[in-house]
Amino acid sequence: MFPFLTILVALPAVGAAVLWALPASARGRAREIALGVTVIEIVLFAVMALQFDKADAGAFQFSETYAWIPQIGTSWALGVNGIGLLLIALSVILTPLAILAAWREDKDVKARRDYMALILLSLSFMVGIFAARDVFLFYVLFEAMLIPLYFMIGRFGGVQRRYAAVKFLLFSLAGGLIMLVAVVALYFAGPGGEQAFLTDQLAGALELTTAQERLMFLAFFLAFAIKAPMVPVHTWLPDVAETARPGTTALLVAVLDKIGTFGMISLCLVLFPEAAQWAAPGIIVFAVISVIYGALLAIGQRDMMRLVAFTSVSHFGVMILGIFAFQQTSVEGAALYMFNHGLSTGALFLLVGFLVARTGTADVDAYGGLQRVVPVFAGTFLIVGLSSLSLPGLSPFVSEIMVFVGAYPVAAVAVIISAVSVVLAALYILRTYQRVFTGPVREDGPQVRELSLRERLVAWPLIALMLLLGFAPGIAIDYLRDPSADVVAQVTIEEAGA
Amino acid sequence: MNFVTPEIAWAPLAPIIIVLGAASIGVLIEAFVRTPATRRSVQLVFGLVALVAALGTAIAQWVALDGGGTVVQQFMLTVDRQALAWQTLIVVFGILGLILFASRTRAGESAFTPLGSTAPGSIEETLARRRGFEVTEVFPLLLFAVGGMMLFTSVTDYIFLFVALEVFSLALYIMVALARRRRLMSQEAALKYFLLGAFSSALYLFGVALIYGATTQTSFAAVGRAIDVISGRDALLLAGVVLVLVGLLFKIGAVPFHSWTPDAYQGAPTPVTAFMGAATKAAATAALVRIVYTSLYPLEWEMSWLFWAVAIASMALGTVLALVQTNVKRMLAYSSVAHAGFILVAFAGFTEEAVAALPFYLLAYGLATIGAFAVVSQVRERSEDGAVGAEAVRLGQWAGLGKRSPLLAGAMALFLLSFAGIPLTAGFIGKFEVFSAAVAGGGWPLVLIGVIASAVAAFFYVRLVVLMFLTDIPEGAEDSIEVEDGPLAKLVIVVTAAAVLVLGILPAGLLDVYADAAQFLVLPNG
Repeated sequence: MFPFLTILVALPAVGAAVLWALPASARGRAREIALGVTVIEIVLFAVMALQFDKADAGAFQFSETYAWIPQIGTSWALGVNGIGLLLIALSVILTPLAILAAWREDKDVKARRDYMALILLSLSFMVGIFAARDVFLFYVLFEAMLIPLYFMIGRFGGVQRRYAAVKFLLFSLAGGLIMLVAVVALYFAGPGGEQAFLTDQLAGALELTTAQERLMFLAFFLAFAIKAPMVPVHTWLPDVAETARPGTTALLVAVLDKIGTFGMISLCLVLFPEAAQWAAPGIIVFAVISVIYGALLAIGQRDMMRLVAFTSVSHFGVMILGIFAFQQTSVEGAALYMFNHGLSTGALFLLVGFLVARTGTADVDAYGGLQRVVPVFAGTFLIVGLSSLSLPGLSPFVSEIMVFVGAYPVAAVAVIISAVSVVLAALYILRTYQRVFTGPVREDGPQVRELSLRERLVAWPLIALMLLLGFAPGIAIDYLRDPSADVVAQVTIEEAGA
Repeated sequence: MNFVTPEIAWAPLAPIIIVLGAASIGVLIEAFVRTPATRRSVQLVFGLVALVAALGTAIAQWVALDGGGTVVQQFMLTVDRQALAWQTLIVVFGILGLILFASRTRAGESAFTPLGSTAPGSIEETLARRRGFEVTEVFPLLLFAVGGMMLFTSVTDYIFLFVALEVFSLALYIMVALARRRRLMSQEAALKYFLLGAFSSALYLFGVALIYGATTQTSFAAVGRAIDVISGRDALLLAGVVLVLVGLLFKIGAVPFHSWTPDAYQGAPTPVTAFMGAATKAAATAALVRIVYTSLYPLEWEMSWLFWAVAIASMALGTVLALVQTNVKRMLAYSSVAHAGFILVAFAGFTEEAVAALPFYLLAYGLATIGAFAVVSQVRERSEDGAVGAEAVRLGQWAGLGKRSPLLAGAMALFLLSFAGIPLTAGFIGKFEVFSAAVAGGGWPLVLIGVIASAVAAFFYVRLVVLMFLTDIPEGAEDSIEVEDGPLAKLVIVVTAAAVLVLGILPAGLLDVYADAAQFLVLPNG
């Protein structure tokens, strides 16, 4: 069988290596090469996705297993189910757009080359993480991914970038190291042997006391909650969003943070179903706090990048609520939301980024009346903004409804409180739109150009996808039904047994 | 009284004999080759040939040994796979160290003082420098140290262990004193190292005497057997055991026996620091493993509190003190103290996994240490008249190093990430192995503390990475730093960086080798 996944993982890394090895004379072509690599990646991915068997979306497909370090039971094991496939799709779609968005960011060719190489490297890790079927491999990629990201934040961005990069790194590293303890413990709790870390081997085969299982669950969950980000461990995100380059932030929030929720579904629930049941009420409480607190803070922001970051905290709360409600529809909805949120927030960050690139400020109060000056920009911004507040017809709406409807039977109060966030969302999005784009044109305001062709090429495909999935969500849900059902079954069987 | 000539199997000793023999011939080279420049090349080539030959013979023996090993001299010296694994490790460190010793700046300066016997700042010193003198004795001294350490890993007798300990320690004491710049600090460091080292040797010897008093034995295996049967002399025995362990923990650099490390690391010529940091720790760990597993095993329960306490103290104190350092060499010294703690974590529960895990950990640690200090030796201060001076060791001076030399800074970042245990570096696999060995032995709390210490430690490693890559070169300081590009040092840096990366990604082969090495020929109950 053709090793699609290994190639999808390796190709961007090779691309990054090529960029770094370029002779000085060819460095100017770095962004074209990087874009080329991501386009090949998309094509490869499309070929693979067409062969994906939808009828069996719950099972890992395109599986590859090679011994890696048999002494510690770890293998290079890749494979995707429907959820993984969708998230890889998100990664390969957003990366070229982030490259396009950063097309003119660097004057210095060397810096530009570095940035492009780092983006490619992180794509490699993202695909690897979403495809990992081995807990150790997952962990390794999870931690290694911090390296390109750290440099992307710390080298390219605003004045506070170093502080933000270190904060991001320390939060992630702390979570990761705690997870490492649980990873080591998994080896001893599992069946052992040369493939001890395969998720299929571990699921249901762990010999743990209740207390041990709960501790290990918490160790994994904490790492994912930091990544996701969930209140109260979300504080790194706004700082990073404010200072990092918009393309970086878009990738980070739209794709990389999904590793948190992806990990919750595919590791936390699968490996520790009983502990997940036990922790669910508490987690839902924190999820609801995230939903409301994130939305409230978003309303209070003047900096648009921070604002979008806080809306994400709110949206991630909804996803986590959906996951830990353990209902078929809510888990499906959460998984779908992971994809849709990537499209919508990614687009929003990139658009704000375009605005900042024109004027140098993300301060809402610096603008006014832009819709008369740049109508296309305003319209694009409005559509993307509406998607973020879950307007029907755009894809995030479907997923949010699925989560709320799905979770209602078991967590009615949580759903009712969380639903308030929809109103708050209208407030933060529309108020921002109003202050930036409507009203009289500010004479003293900064000069703003209309969206260029390149920028339209970045924003519009995302809008098209959101419209498509808004009207025909079934296309994506077909991939999510079986994996969600499996996860729910795993957790609830455990409950019935207990 | 009859004197019986001991029967000695010479062949398995070949690697050690080659190294010590070469060291002796190296001393003669000192006497007979007059021109300093020629002498240096001769010593370098000769030393390299000897070490590579030793490495070759050691590997050949490894292959020839199938499972067992050779008791070279009854009760005294054993060459088994465990010993060979450590011997090859130390020889590799020796080779890298030797190359680094020979590295010179563009202006032709070595890292060592032209004439060790001159008083710092004296007219004689200036004269010696002008005449182009060079202390090439460091090459044979390094060979002596390597030979002594190789012996140290293979000895199975408490008294003989002491001899090996002194062989390599004396060579190290001298080398520490020979820095070219900041000579007073170097001599002070050597004196401190020597005094504390002598003190710890005395403690060790006293411990051996007490053990002998309790068991009437000095060989590892015999002591192990005796521990099981004796009664009524527990106090004597335990005191002896603790003192012996203290002697070894001193060499490893664990808290509270670490106080020499920062001074010695900082004061020693950087190539010496590199070699010493990597090899001493490996040799001492090897000896500790052998003693614990083949001799003191019956006292598992009594010893464990000592290991736990020292491990926790080392990790905690090493990490915290490294946080507040402003000198690169001192920071790495305190980080080595923390690493001593991680090494001791492996001993929790005294599992067999630890025996397999430790050589890999020390290899990963040693490669990164040698590489990191090699980088340190290349970053120099430049005075206003353009003269290149001492190493720039203040952290602030490293700001923007990534812009001055991406390769050097990139390699340094890799070494630091390996120290921090970030995946895809050798350090991560090492740490993982060590932690799993501890978990297997029930050392849960230790692993937890180890993880917390790692997280804190990551902060100061990352801080240096930030300085190198994310901070701009300070205004007006553009010309104050000179990055040397010595070909020999560069070779060492490239080799160690490649090794750290390769071992981080594809460690399987070597882990197999070390799993094979996790067996001792002479066990107390064997």
